[in-house]
Amino acid sequence: MRKLALSDEILLSVEKPARYLGNEINAAAKDKSEAAVSVAMCFPDVYEIGMSHLGIQILYDMFNQWEDTCCDRVYSPWVDLDAVMRREKIPLFAVESQEPVKSFDFLAITLQYEMCYTNILQVLDLSGIPLEAAERGEEDPIVIGGGPCAYNPEPIAEFFDLFYMGEGETQYRRLLDLYLENKKNGGSRLDFLELAAQVPGIYVPAFYEPEYHEDGTLAAFRPVNPHAPEKVRKEIVLEMSDTYYPKKPLVPFIRVTQDRVVLEIQRGCIRGCRFCQAGMVYRPVRERSLEFLKNQAKEMLKSTGQDEISLSSLSSSDYSCLEELVNFLIEEFHGKGINISLPSLRIDAFSLDVMSKVQDVRKSSLTFAPEAGTQRLRDVINKGLTEDVILNGAAMAFEGGWNRVKLYFMLGQPTETVEDMEGIAVLSNEIAKKYYEMPKEKRNGKVQVTASSSFFVPKPFTPFQWAPMCTREEFLNRARIVNAKFKEQRNWKSMRYTWHEADVTVLEGVLARGDRRVGKVIRRAYEKGCIYDAWGEQFNNEKWLEAFEECGISIEFYTTREREPDELFPWDFIDVGVTKEFLKREWRNALEGKTTPNCRMRCSGCGAMSFGGGVCIENQN
Amino acid sequence: MKIRIKFGKYGDMKFIGHLDVMRYFQKVMRRAEVDICYTAGFSPHQVMSFAAPLGVGLTSDGEYLDIEVNSAGSSEEMVRRMNQAGAEEIPVKSFRQLPDDAKNAMSLVAAADYLVSFRPGHEPEIRDFGKALEEFFAQEQIIILKKTKKSETEQDIRPMIYRLELRQEGIFMQVATGSAANLKPELVMEAFYRFLGLEAGQFDWMVHRLEVYADTGEEQRKLVALEDLGHEL
Repeated sequence: MRKLALSDEILLSVEKPARYLGNEINAAAKDKSEAAVSVAMCFPDVYEIGMSHLGIQILYDMFNQWEDTCCDRVYSPWVDLDAVMRREKIPLFAVESQEPVKSFDFLAITLQYEMCYTNILQVLDLSGIPLEAAERGEEDPIVIGGGPCAYNPEPIAEFFDLFYMGEGETQYRRLLDLYLENKKNGGSRLDFLELAAQVPGIYVPAFYEPEYHEDGTLAAFRPVNPHAPEKVRKEIVLEMSDTYYPKKPLVPFIRVTQDRVVLEIQRGCIRGCRFCQAGMVYRPVRERSLEFLKNQAKEMLKSTGQDEISLSSLSSSDYSCLEELVNFLIEEFHGKGINISLPSLRIDAFSLDVMSKVQDVRKSSLTFAPEAGTQRLRDVINKGLTEDVILNGAAMAFEGGWNRVKLYFMLGQPTETVEDMEGIAVLSNEIAKKYYEMPKEKRNGKVQVTASSSFFVPKPFTPFQWAPMCTREEFLNRARIVNAKFKEQRNWKSMRYTWHEADVTVLEGVLARGDRRVGKVIRRAYEKGCIYDAWGEQFNNEKWLEAFEECGISIEFYTTREREPDELFPWDFIDVGVTKEFLKREWRNALEGKTTPNCRMRCSGCGAMSFGGGVCIENQN
Repeated sequence: MKIRIKFGKYGDMKFIGHLDVMRYFQKVMRRAEVDICYTAGFSPHQVMSFAAPLGVGLTSDGEYLDIEVNSAGSSEEMVRRMNQAGAEEIPVKSFRQLPDDAKNAMSLVAAADYLVSFRPGHEPEIRDFGKALEEFFAQEQIIILKKTKKSETEQDIRPMIYRLELRQEGIFMQVATGSAANLKPELVMEAFYRFLGLEAGQFDWMVHRLEVYADTGEEQRKLVALEDLGHEL
């Protein structure tokens, strides 16, 4: 039996002790003491969230395929165990080996959302690793950040030794080899960081220094170490059907948020919605082959015993072999106790047909994401979804027996007017109306239209990175305008309207477009006790506001401030392929209400073609 | 064809709750390609039921689940296949066919054997432990206060304790289990500590279930281990 890091008494006193046990089915269970190099892969949130993340499963599988590498996993202890570990001074451990995080060569932390930033500090602190890279010594693990939030690493730059920009499959082997070589040569931590800084995609924050104008905006951002490049270019996988993908994904013992086999059919998105960071930074679209996906589906279901398989991509309907793939999944697995889950599908005749085959129509709801209430605003955000398409889709769905519709909107997008806000209620009503236009005998009780608004946060590397964000009061005011309009609608009894928290949105706005100076606010908030900010019941806005106040950092500078077209942004040193000129052009098009066609209709010259792969070259062969 | 599966639960697996053990076995069935029957309807479920849920923190030599299959290999082969597909600390011990008219394990459960040992560092300081246990068991009545959300009621648990003795490995007890009468070994231990005038702590004992029984007797109790109601394939 393994020696666990926590005693029975502790494990029996905390919620869901299985969060801290590891050794799930298909765990690699490598012997850390025999590996030349060890990586503790961390998702800085609770186990059930971390275990639902595909990226970690891919990298975990990749690392452990390498004979000399041992990859273990780390999650944030939930608040109950967090308190026990602080009280009893128990160091944070990786779940499989149960060994202290501090004993690993690398601590690799995935950055999936801004609101996990205080949890990064929790993980470092509980591990006994100095919070700031500058305070770390030769014995401390190299702390790496990666994932979508690495595209603006500056607010958390000082907590990391290095960031990996882009997809992990390409450069980790080289990075580990350099680490081993440096160790063999008796090199120091600094020596390794200098070697790492020369690896494509690697950003070593300590080697760069920002300078600011008097008005607080960035004046310059330059490397201060001769080994650090001026620009760091993101890494991407070009051959998507001949790369790392787990054949035996981990199967947790307890129910996790996404408890199913996940089939990533493609990366990137052809659509170019102007608010969407993923749609820009993952360009160009690269598909996996049908054969690859069929084999993966079979092997993963066999090796996990899961009862559900889900497709994953930013826009599944744009996958060119979708029909063949879905038909294969239905023929192969449907009726054998395997559910097939098809998220992010456009509602049309094809998707309704397959959905009626794989789900119980009476129990499921359909989802539309118009994002804006009027065509004018949908053109501004380049959401290529027209009212006709939505209403026809809804009508078809109602004919097919569905009577529940979910609608997702965003409030506070650039140029939004009262008419756009009220349009959310009007559009929702039109959808409900479609239902009641059906003859009574075809209806299945009342229709239920649930509309919800999130609040818009401008993100780096999007055309809206220049956009001012609303204040908390303005967000809530707009939500009230929409809500009032809902009450005026004829079918208001069939509709429900909800909106998100505004406080946390404002904070997300600061962290998303923040610079290095924001780091001290994060540290202060953490020291005041903030962790699990992504969890509504844990989030403490008061403490965050105090932290801003005490650090003398203005929230408005990062959120509501109007940015000049040629302002130097903290993330401009990163090259994601998509150019700033393209984003600027798109920002102007947005303000003029001009739409841009998707990548398959016409290339708009975004810059991603420089990678020489995916959709950019698919029609040239 | 009806099948009864016996399995153990050891080590770290004691932290996995009953519902998760159910989900675990549903996946084992698919990984081991057991030809299990599914219910009809839009979301088919495996035909599977468990005998007596084991609480979090307890280990066991004798847990049971019943399934229905369309076909199966020999008992030996099925045990091997399930163990290859499963976790080491939840070993499958037997895979036996039941008569077609057999009642499911859950409805049959009548008693269970447990072994209670002291968590290291939590041993009570009692001189003649065995004798004290005998005296405790020799009582005609053992009254405990049963707390519910609304009230407290007195209950005599003595009739539900069938055997109680000190063994090398710990305190052995056989107690009523199941829907008709159910006694948790922790309650017996709490009553015993009270009898001794000792304060019981939350983590003093480690409880291990040894076996679960059906009662096949007419008037007199006649306990048969659940697996013995089936035969090897």
